[in-house]
Amino acid sequence: MGRMSLTQEKETATPGAVRKTRVLTLMVVASNVIGNVMLSLGMHHVGRIVSASPGDYMRAFSDPWIVVGVCILVIWMASDLALLSAADLTFVLPVTASAYVLIALTGHFVLHDRISSTRWFGIMIITLGVILAEETPARTTKGPPEHLL
Amino acid sequence: MKWLLVGIIAVCNTIGDVLNTAGMKRQGEIENLSPGTLVRMVGHIFRNPLVLGGLGALAVSFFALLSLLSIANVSFAVPATAISYLLETLLAKYVLKEDVRSRRWAAAILVAAGVALLEW
Repeated sequence: MGRMSLTQEKETATPGAVRKTRVLTLMVVASNVIGNVMLSLGMHHVGRIVSASPGDYMRAFSDPWIVVGVCILVIWMASDLALLSAADLTFVLPVTASAYVLIALTGHFVLHDRISSTRWFGIMIITLGVILAEETPARTTKGPPEHLL
Repeated sequence: MKWLLVGIIAVCNTIGDVLNTAGMKRQGEIENLSPGTLVRMVGHIFRNPLVLGGLGALAVSFFALLSLLSIANVSFAVPATAISYLLETLLAKYVLKEDVRSRRWAAAILVAAGVALLEW
């Protein structure tokens, strides 16, 4: 019964709504991967910073990779919020986890990080989780959670 | 130090994502993907206390991530934040009242396990 109602809901989603969710998901994943790789490249140039004071991080902004990376992560945040306006958190979280796979692969091919067989296994498991989540309806709630407002 | 930063990132990520989801559902679903609509959405966020709180939590998480990236590789740092997956799924079910069934639990568990494996 429960599974049937989920399936029905997926079938009644309009093509426009499905397309919007897919485009936003692509934007979230792509901007997450590119932004994080740029931040990583930049922080390797800037060197070690461990501090409780945000002011200490300002010197990181002298590096162009960090500046561009932060700009791209602003796009990531806006597209993530737009996606959360249309879809469940428990849909968005696993589906956008494909970014982890792409970040690991980019780390391997661009930053020359080593990927062991265990990590390749992890990449396969995440991909399976992404596929499973993608099969569920994007949204199962109607309106906002009133008790939180 | 690495794992303290991972803990800060996980807790702040969870609080931030739950608040952002509640806030964006309150604000309403965006109608289309035109640049004007997205800019208006961002403008409305500045009057949305739930999203502002969520972004505050994510900002703390971001600075902790910057620290972590300065002492660890990206392929350790980003996957390590995935500890929050199961906690976020629990809060989505009981706080956000999402319909979380076996397939979504399986997806969350697989992603969390896979991300943990990435650290090896």
